[in-house]
Order: sequence, then structure tokens, then C-alpha cells
Amino acid sequence: MNITVKLFATFRTGRFVTQECEYPEGTTVASIVETLGIPENDLGIMLVNSRHVALNHKLSNGDTLAIFPLLGGG
Amino acid sequence: MDKIARIDMGAPGGPKVTVGGLGEYAGLGGRAMTSLVVAAEVHPLAHPLGAENKLVIAPGMLSGTTGSMTGRLSVGCKSPLTGTIKESNAGGQAAQVLARLGYAAVILEGKPEGDDLYKIIINKDGIQVIVDNSLKLLDNYPLVEKLRAEYGDKVAYMSIGSAGERKLLAASIACTDPELRPTRHCGRGGVGAVMGAKRVKAIIIDDAGMKMRPPKDPDKYRDANRKFVEGLRKHPVTGEGLPAYGTNVLTNVLNEAGGYPSYNFKDGQFAGSNNLSGETQAALEIQRGGLATHGCHRGCVIQCSGVYNDKDGHYLTKQPEYETVWSHGGHCGIDDLDTVAHLDFLDDNIGVDTIEMGVTIGVAMDAGIIEFGDKAGAIRLVEEVQKGTPLGRVLGSGAAITGKVFGVERVPVVKDQALPAYDPRPIQGIGVTYATTTQGADHTAGYAIATNILKVGGDVDPLKPEGQVELSRNLQIATAAIDSTGMCLFIAFAIMDQPETFQALLDMLGSFHGITMTGDDVVALGKKVLSAERDFNTRAGFTKHHDRLPRFFYNEPVAPHNQVFSVPDEELDTLFNW
Ligand code: SF4
Repeated sequence: MNITVKLFATFRTGRFVTQECEYPEGTTVASIVETLGIPENDLGIMLVNSRHVALNHKLSNGDTLAIFPLLGGG
Repeated sequence: MDKIARIDMGAPGGPKVTVGGLGEYAGLGGRAMTSLVVAAEVHPLAHPLGAENKLVIAPGMLSGTTGSMTGRLSVGCKSPLTGTIKESNAGGQAAQVLARLGYAAVILEGKPEGDDLYKIIINKDGIQVIVDNSLKLLDNYPLVEKLRAEYGDKVAYMSIGSAGERKLLAASIACTDPELRPTRHCGRGGVGAVMGAKRVKAIIIDDAGMKMRPPKDPDKYRDANRKFVEGLRKHPVTGEGLPAYGTNVLTNVLNEAGGYPSYNFKDGQFAGSNNLSGETQAALEIQRGGLATHGCHRGCVIQCSGVYNDKDGHYLTKQPEYETVWSHGGHCGIDDLDTVAHLDFLDDNIGVDTIEMGVTIGVAMDAGIIEFGDKAGAIRLVEEVQKGTPLGRVLGSGAAITGKVFGVERVPVVKDQALPAYDPRPIQGIGVTYATTTQGADHTAGYAIATNILKVGGDVDPLKPEGQVELSRNLQIATAAIDSTGMCLFIAFAIMDQPETFQALLDMLGSFHGITMTGDDVVALGKKVLSAERDFNTRAGFTKHHDRLPRFFYNEPVAPHNQVFSVPDEELDTLFNW
């Protein structure tokens, strides 16, 4: 299935901004995070199609996954 | 900080300075000081631009000490924009310098007759109030330039631009940063108009010959401060994200989460967001020889600010904040950082709140005065404000007035103050804060974004109404307390997540005053401030019916979540029940 992955802030360093990729059915957010070599401790929020998800969330064809480190502002 | 100065600008024979003890205000600082003074001393039905209003300027409880992050200044009054009580908070050097001179508050009272314009000089020898009509209608940058020739670079300047002199409702009070740029503003609520009504153009604060304020228990204070700084450095938000990208790192987050209001709150996402993002902004700043990391006052270890140069590498403005980039950017359908930075410079120079000004331009676009996305048009509209034309005066009086004058229905304000950069339909928690805060729509009053979106300090689902009132209540209480300490509110990201950093803050407060501070004491302080503010607003005629969002947030679902604001009124009405 086709997934668009978007990375932000420090996660872009040495990786990419946006990438469309084929993943096997049943791929979870956790497995993509692992493939990207992002340590779990550095994770802030993950959004799939603009909704917050947990690491064990299973992705569907056509999803957009956005991965952020812990961020703040205001 | 053992004295309060009162300057009666309307005294017969000219302004009169009286310096007295702290009396019933002993131990207060920042927002606690400004709000308790205004609540006790200003007639709730006073005209905000009249002699009965007071402008209270107060450093925080820990300002002027060696403690890091302690340089935030509170300015309070009855707001001409909202009609409520107002505390507007800024960084810059003023708080530290004023505190070291020993003033827990400087209160401008009364109102002079006639046209003369005054400057106030505060130094170790006392306070002088001097007529200086050569400053008339100077905007902040040329004004500070002129004052520097006379008073030098070792002082802090507070000033109003032409907007404050014209008493426009979006007018701010500028505070200079360490490089003496008038970039840090008490922005919200028209506090600059109150200063203008009192005919005070500039306050020059000089702490030459003064020392740091000494803690009661210096060893403990030093130790607590060290732990506090360690905590800030260690937390990913205060130690990494904010220094590297500034507050504008939020553009991408809010856009991805579908809570980024664009085209005057018609959409929850913006196609041009990447061009406006903090990532893009920081890279551009570095590429042009500016700075992506900069402190608004000495002693800030987070350093969320920066310096934005133009394409030729010349200073244009400080790093525009997320709310500024949003209000002049996506809200107006503009996706160009140089345009936003130019508008930020104009706002700082004229002395207007960047949130109010940007939201107003978007409302003017909705009215058809210019098209959404018209970059040159947006700049032209702000230049109208600078010139003081009739159109400029309308726009400079904010979104609510502009919406009324041009017959716009979709006007994003609460208590006539413009909403900041977070849509309350997909982020229900921030909607509760907008609706209920004593200040008019204000994100900083109870920053539910942290918990709803960023998942710092807890996790409450942004799309559901459940739990939002309790969340906003707790945040509003904590914020009122932090705003009183002189600490920058951004410390909250670290103290919400790290108990030992919160303890270090308590120990700083305790050891400075030679007492023991607990979490309960902080909560009690926050409640005391909010209760006084709420009571003032009630006496000023505000009821629960004012604690609501504009109707379109209840009637018009917004993409991508296609939700409306759904926290029940009865729940909103319980926010201040304690
Ligand atoms: S974190 Fe930012 S706003 Fe806060 S004191 Fe530092 S530079 Fe100023």
C-alpha cells in the first residue's frame, strides 16, 4: 500500500521532508518509525490524516503519516 | 522591590511623582500586581482612555535577580479594546532594569490637559517627567534611535509609536531587547492607547549604579536556579525545539493537525504553510546572516527568538512569532515570509499588536477591501494605519470594529479581541480558554494546545468536548501564577513534564523570599489573580453571555475535521468555580 510520510523539525536532518513509499499491508506507525531510525524517546506526536495516533496504529492505503519530535511554542 | 511609584499625569501644575511603600500589595509582582491594583483602584465603568484608568507597569516577583528567565514585564489597565481588565506581558530588558531600581510597580494615573507629550526618566536618583514635543508622532524605531542619542545604550526603553499616540485600540507598548531594538511588545488589548491617552511617549529606565536583587538565601537560590536551567536545557521543547526554530515551528504542526485557521477561519489548513514554516524561516535566517536563536532579554536560556534579515542581509525585524506569521500569513492567504517580516516590522514600528493587526487585515479581505493573498495590499493597509488616515484608524482599532464598519459577519473575536492562530473547532480546549479568559480571546491565558495537540504535560483529545473545561481551568490558574513571577511562560513546557524542574522553580521563589513555596501556594496565587480579574469584569458589566465564541464557530463546520465547537455553555459557566 502507498503511504506518504512527512517529517518535521530535527527529524528532517539526514532524512527527508516528504516521501511516498510502498509498504506491506498491516504496516504500523511503529515499524515506519523504526525503519527511519527515529529513537522512540525522541518522538513527540504522530498524525495520520490529521488525527493523533499511537505507535501501534495500523496504516491504510493512501494514508498520510506526519511525525514530529516533541515541540512547543505559543 | 520595596516601593511603588505613582505618577499623576493630570496633577495641577504638571505631572507629580509620589513614591511610597508597598502597603497591601507587598509580595506581589507581574500580573498579580497589575491585576490587583487595577481591580482595587480603577472604577470598573471608567472610560479606558479617561483620567480614571491607570496603567500599571510591574516587573515579576523574581525580575532583577540572577535567576534565569525572569525578565518578563506585566502591564495592566482597563482595556480600551475589550472593556475588561487587561494584563499584557512582554520580554525585553525593561523588567530586569525596573526591578533592580527597586520598583515593584510604576503606576501612571490621571491625564494631562492639552497637547504636550511627555517622557519619563527613571534612574537611581528618582523619577523625572519631562515635556518633549520633539517626539510627536515618531514611530518606535526612529523614536528609540533619537532617545539613544541622548540616553545611550545602557538603558531600557519603553515606548509607543504613532498608533498609541492616536489611541488606536490595537496599540501596543514596545520594550527594547538587549540590542535596543523596540521589538518586544505588550501587544494585546490596546495598552499603548492607554499610555497615549496619558500623553506618555517613552519611559527611559536606567539602572546604572544598581545591583542585582539579593535573595534571602543566596546559596539555595543559586542551587535552585542551576537545577532549573538544567531542566530547561534537558527538555526537548525548551532545550531544542524553541531555540532552533522558535515558536513558528508550530505552523507545520497546526497545519498537519487541521487546526490552522486560513482565509479568515474558512479552512483548517493552508496550502502555502511550508513556505511559512519555522523550519523554512530558521534556514532562511541563517542563510541571510541573521540569527535563528536569540534571547529577548539577558538571562533567557531558551532563546526562542531570532533576527530576520532581508534578502540583502540587512536587519529587517526580529524573528516573527508563530502567531504573527499566521495572522499576516495563512489567515490572509499570504504564503511569503518576506511579506510577513515586513508587516512585522511595520507593526513593531507603528506600535500595534501583530495578532490584532493581522486578523484585522484578514477581516478587511473578507470585506472585499483587498483580495486574500494580496501581499502589496496588506502592506498598504498597515501603512494606512501608520499615516492615521480614516481607513487606517478603523483598521488600527482592531478586527471587531473593522468587521462592524464593513459589515462582515465572520469576525473572529471574543470580547472584541482577535482570536490567535488556533481554530477552536478542531481544538476544543483552546476554545474554552478563548471564551472564558478574563482577557478576551487569548491563547497564552490557558494554552490548551500543549495538551490537545503537542501532548506536552498530558493528553486530552482535541476533537472532543470532554475534559476541556477542567484542562483550561488548570492551565489558566497556573498561567496567572507564572505571569506573576516574571518567568517566561515557555518554562511551562518543561515544568509540566518534569517534576524536578517545577520543584526548582518553587525553590527559587521560596529561597528568594526566605519562605517555603509549595505547589498549593502557586495554585492559590493563580486563583487569587483570576478571582480579582473576574470580579473586575463582573463589575464592569460582563456576564456569562460574554464567555462565548462567535456564533459561526457553533454553526460552520471547518475542514478537514468538519467539526463545530461543542463544549456546552453550562460547562463553560463552571470554569471559575473553585
Ligand atoms: S523563551 Fe523567548 S519569549 Fe521567553 S524570554 Fe526567552 S526569548 Fe523571550
